[in-house]
Amino acid sequence: MSFYQGLHADVVPFRGHNGDQGEAYYAGPARAGKFPGIVVIHHIPGWCEWTTEVVRKLAHHGYAAISPHLYFREGNPGEAPDDLGARIRAAGGVADAQVMGDVAGAMAYLRAQPNATGKIGVIGFCSGGRHTYLAACTLSGIDAAVDCWGGNVVVDDPKLLNAKRPVAPIDLTEKMTCPLLGIFGNDDANPTADQVNRTEAVLKKLGKNYEFHRYDGAGHAFFNTLRDAYRPEQAIDGWRKVFDFFNRQLAASASSIAAE
Amino acid sequence: MCSYIVEKAALVGSAKGRKGWMKIDTANVYFDHPYHSTLDHVLAIDFTNEGEGGRDRVAVELSADSARALVDRILAALASGEVAHATPAMPVAAE
Repeated sequence: MSFYQGLHADVVPFRGHNGDQGEAYYAGPARAGKFPGIVVIHHIPGWCEWTTEVVRKLAHHGYAAISPHLYFREGNPGEAPDDLGARIRAAGGVADAQVMGDVAGAMAYLRAQPNATGKIGVIGFCSGGRHTYLAACTLSGIDAAVDCWGGNVVVDDPKLLNAKRPVAPIDLTEKMTCPLLGIFGNDDANPTADQVNRTEAVLKKLGKNYEFHRYDGAGHAFFNTLRDAYRPEQAIDGWRKVFDFFNRQLAASASSIAAE
Repeated sequence: MCSYIVEKAALVGSAKGRKGWMKIDTANVYFDHPYHSTLDHVLAIDFTNEGEGGRDRVAVELSADSARALVDRILAALASGEVAHATPAMPVAAE
């Protein structure tokens, strides 16, 4: 058997919040076997190329991964995700409740696949990191959650709370039921190092199962190879932490194909 | 920032996008993570016609410094241009 193995990747239909049918980017190992699933939550700018790279990376490491297009309701099939993101932004963003419904729908899609182990992880970046924290506190059936530099988990300005985002995720921490991994850059302005410390203090006080990793010389989005923010040394170590966490929590039956 | 904070400016004008020229009535302006640029943050402007649904846009993503320089150049062009165009036309010399 070859060291490197194939994967399947495609845009697939899924049922999101309220049963609405949308599209998602899916990738999983091509070989026979059972695989844990991971939902990838994209950032505010939208369902971008880098997000699809993350999905394929997870598949390469032995997971069935899916990234729901959180803005699908705004557009018609074939419309550019960035244009949909622009319209969503102008309208004040998507509601937390809707995103949670879409994440739950993506989880159901993964569990319905014949090669699913039933274990489910969630990972999100930037606003998707915040959504991941929310999902860990409000959705049942998540076995592991990875928050990558989610901003506004701690909300210092009450004006940032509104009908679409009514609650600061930190205030829901008591309801968190799954292990949480946090990845942060110490130069990030949102979340700041102080906000990360305050989030950790709450997790610790409530006795939650968590681990945080902070990186010097890195700011926001330092995994993103398409941005100047990319920090290869920190990102390689960060991804190692992510896979170590998922492998432990999701008991990957398919061991990671490659170390990097 | 990672936020949905958007400044809206009412406009009278036109812009050329994927489908050719269109009238525009709004600029949505924000400073946040880009979609295309490699910069961490950009000053982004989406020119749209919200009166017609706002579905099409002409978009730019600019660095903060170049956006400020652009504001300066826009004001300079207006200042000099409006002076020039407000000046009565010089009589054409007889041939």
